[in-house]
Amino acid sequence: MRKIATGNKAVAEAVKQAKPEVIAAYPITPQTEIVEQIAEFVTSKELGSRYIPVESEHSAMAACIGASITGIRTFTATSSHGLLYMHEMTNWAAGARLPIVMANVNRSIGPGWNIWAEHTDALQERDTGWLQVYVSTVQEAYDATLMAFRIAEHNDVLLPVMVNLDGFSLSHIMQPLDTVELGDFIPSIHLPHAIDTEKPTGYGGLTGPDQHYLFRWEIERSIRDSVKVINETEADFAHRFGRKYGLTENYRCDDADIVIVAMGTLGKEAEVAVDNLRNEGVKAGSMRIRWLRPFPKLELKGKEVVVIDRDYSFGFGGILAKSIESQIKRDVFSVIAGLGGQEVTYEDIADFVRNHRTGEEFWFGVNANV
Amino acid sequence: MMINNDRSAIPFRAHHVLQELKIIAEIPKEEFVLKCTSACAGCSDSLALRYVLKAAGPDTVLVVPACCTSVIQGIYPNTAFNVPVYNVAFAAAAACASGMSNAFRATGKKTNVIVYAGDGGTLDIGIQSMSGAFERGTDFLYICYDNEAYGNTGMQRSGGTPMGARTTTTPGGKTDAKKDIDAIIAAHDPPYMATACAAYPQDLFKKVKKALSFRGPTFIHVLAPCPPGWRYSTEKSVEMGKLAVKSGMWILYEREYGKLTLGPQSKAAMKNPVPLEDYITPQGRFKGMDPKILEILKQRITKNFKRLAAEEAQE
Repeated sequence: MRKIATGNKAVAEAVKQAKPEVIAAYPITPQTEIVEQIAEFVTSKELGSRYIPVESEHSAMAACIGASITGIRTFTATSSHGLLYMHEMTNWAAGARLPIVMANVNRSIGPGWNIWAEHTDALQERDTGWLQVYVSTVQEAYDATLMAFRIAEHNDVLLPVMVNLDGFSLSHIMQPLDTVELGDFIPSIHLPHAIDTEKPTGYGGLTGPDQHYLFRWEIERSIRDSVKVINETEADFAHRFGRKYGLTENYRCDDADIVIVAMGTLGKEAEVAVDNLRNEGVKAGSMRIRWLRPFPKLELKGKEVVVIDRDYSFGFGGILAKSIESQIKRDVFSVIAGLGGQEVTYEDIADFVRNHRTGEEFWFGVNANV
Repeated sequence: MMINNDRSAIPFRAHHVLQELKIIAEIPKEEFVLKCTSACAGCSDSLALRYVLKAAGPDTVLVVPACCTSVIQGIYPNTAFNVPVYNVAFAAAAACASGMSNAFRATGKKTNVIVYAGDGGTLDIGIQSMSGAFERGTDFLYICYDNEAYGNTGMQRSGGTPMGARTTTTPGGKTDAKKDIDAIIAAHDPPYMATACAAYPQDLFKKVKKALSFRGPTFIHVLAPCPPGWRYSTEKSVEMGKLAVKSGMWILYEREYGKLTLGPQSKAAMKNPVPLEDYITPQGRFKGMDPKILEILKQRITKNFKRLAAEEAQE
């Protein structure tokens, strides 16, 4: 069914169709619309879930953990400070191997209070064991949320999945949304370690130095296995509903001499820049990283690389740029742009390419124009 | 031992003894706290838990935040507890139980969800999630076993540490009073709440049974004397618990739909309390306590008895 929706509403719509038994969430700008919409679905009985209006994000994730370990489907949503506040529990969720799905509306971190898009919130969660996908359109927000449940709950994965969408520039903009007849796309959940009072066991108790590393390794093994599950799930989604994604979304990359790498809405904006650059005779391409965890193997051989980071690791650099440099074992042109919702147009992105200086870091708006 | 001279109490006491015998007969033989826990010698937390689980039965999940009980259950892959135990981060127990209870109820299961948390996880770091879970009417039982300090990390002060007690972070004795968590819980108006003491297992058993018969959030605050923390010899935990009640330092009561009933042990203590010194002196944690603090503690006992008796007398 074709309709018009915001990114937030698209996520809520997908959650309604995935029918989690328990949803626990706490409002935060710019995510609030997701939980308001879900609360409305629950009140109108369009969605038969139990909605727990917890008193904090730490408790939202704790409640999802408690619900999930009984073997049912759960969902929560947050943003920025909310995500950071639940950080202890995001680690717990992954360590406890619970397939919780969370939408995170990417927003900067204070001070000062700034409610606009930035990826530093989710990137601070990159080492927790969560799978992370970053979307760029309203349609993709919906599609990725549906797929997140199937991927998280797959018994070769059993890890939580975070669906990231940019604050305001995606959460609050209206675009066409094509909803699907889900059918059996998401199989019913089977959690092998669900609580069973007839077979009592301990969860998450004391674990000694002779055992703990094995649990860490199990997480890593499952994240590696998740690549196959993501590919299968996305292929089945494409087969059923006609929309194809991937670990990265590549646009005119095959014959490109220079490739722009970014995430979220800036990655989509980069496609316009690529078209304009091509018209000028610059053989540019765009590679939008969708899945940050597992981190994809990037096809960048023989190409110059411009990485746009809407994030920063102080004293180190742009998180994407550094990750990519470590993978391709050569320098990129690292652009830090869009922090706290800083406006970045496709013309700006084209300029980053026109004036790139491989091996350097460029703070958009701070450094003199390249 | 003080002699109760109040003649009206004699038939009451006979009745009370019969009641106790009835409860003893009711307590199941089945054990859910198995042998070889890693509890300290004389640990009254395990004693309390033994009766909590006997009262709750096998269709129960314990949610345990960081506390002594995280250690007592044993080291992976072993566990000494014969019900599922969900260990969770320090501040998260009540919220975790809230999700668990909702999930069980959503799937038509009546499984008891019991948080078993220490005073640190309840009075201090976990108070927010606990308050939230009570306010939301979560169908669960929250038990705080209170050994009046952070026992798991080696006895640092908590909000539950009484004034005058030495801990590793109050080496000169605590200068602040014990936080009245029960008043905070009462402000949430749960259908049932009670205090109990590990030295009175029949009373605890009865209260857990009763708490689990209610729908909605219920609370039991159990005083759990701790030999290494309170610095008394390990065979004296039951004696310490009884002295706490008999001196009035710990008052047993239950509050059902807002109606308070003092326990018979505390009613007796209100009339003829054991001298507070009998409770304080054997404990190393109170060694060298300023006599002024002893006076403050005594005044507090009188005040607490008055307040609770007045509440009980209300229609």
